[in-house]
Amino acid sequence: MTAVWAAVLATAAGCYGLKLAGLVVPPRLLERPLARRFAELVPVALLAALIAVQTLTSGQSLQADPARLAGMAAAVAALLARLPFLAVIVAAAGTAALIRGTGLA
Amino acid sequence: MANQAGPPAAQETPTEPPAAAPPAPATPVRDGIGLGLAVGVSGLAYGAFAVGSGLSVSQACALSLLAFTGASQFALAGTIAVGGSLAAGVVSAVLLGSRNTLYALRLAGTLAVRGPARLLAAMGVIDETTAMATAQPGRAASRTAFWATFGTLYLTWNLATLAGALGAGRFGSPQDLGLDVVGPAAFLALIWPRLRSGRAERAAGAGGALIALATAPFLPPGVPIILAAPAALAVAWATRGQAANDSTAAGGGAAPGRAAAAGDGAAR
Repeated sequence: MTAVWAAVLATAAGCYGLKLAGLVVPPRLLERPLARRFAELVPVALLAALIAVQTLTSGQSLQADPARLAGMAAAVAALLARLPFLAVIVAAAGTAALIRGTGLA
Repeated sequence: MANQAGPPAAQETPTEPPAAAPPAPATPVRDGIGLGLAVGVSGLAYGAFAVGSGLSVSQACALSLLAFTGASQFALAGTIAVGGSLAAGVVSAVLLGSRNTLYALRLAGTLAVRGPARLLAAMGVIDETTAMATAQPGRAASRTAFWATFGTLYLTWNLATLAGALGAGRFGSPQDLGLDVVGPAAFLALIWPRLRSGRAERAAGAGGALIALATAPFLPPGVPIILAAPAALAVAWATRGQAANDSTAAGGGAAPGRAAAAGDGAAR
């Protein structure tokens, strides 16, 4: 088994375990306001971190890839225009692909 | 928030039951189809992104079959895409799946499942099923909604993953297709309604992003993303008195966004 397979299975086991835990654990454990609040905010903080890293780094170095930045700018524009999810994705990927394809960056 | 929003506008965290009943879904069938389509689209994006990130088709599909929670799946693939350590990717993905524990706590009483049924139900505890189940007027209807939504989405998510994963290999390089921005763009669409909904959310997002960027040059890829979690804790601590108010505002404010509604497919 490769390392990637191990990571895939560990992720699956962890995610499933977390779901199951909520069904079997006494609800009191997460009733504290701070615990609730933390759990609410964790996805926002982690996803924002992922966005930043995937947009602005390459390996371990900070890097402003023009095509990638333009793609994300297109995503923001699509979100501001309240376009549906698919349109946001297509706008982002399409813009990045267009800029790379036309040799602008 | 999930309970307050209309069914397709699933949010990532459960909150207190709404004081006023949310508007009942006018057309459950239409909502169900909409949800299925949104999830299908997200599944295509995930499948293509996962393979573009370096996962094999079977690995991408295994994650959809066994983890069945989109944001975590995107996170693992994303960490691999940026060359991050696998352990860090797993931790990020599992941390991102922690909200499902809160959903499960909320649904436990409604579903009242034991034994093998509970093991099966656990797999289905995600944004969309929680939103659909908690939007129903009664317990029996909630149960029906949970199982129907779970069954439908499990099918569409996995078929779409397969299609996206296979499709990704048919075209040029992921970079040429702009697939490297699909992940971040999908994440942004997912947290967008939450960033708009409250200052605490924006603070947590900005804090997490800054921590990750500031530490990225010095730490193995993937680790900076985990370090964003303390930002959430700090903001949670700083805003602990306002939790109830913020949650209410967030649920109401997020519901109308179409991107929010569709984007939740990938939030799973």
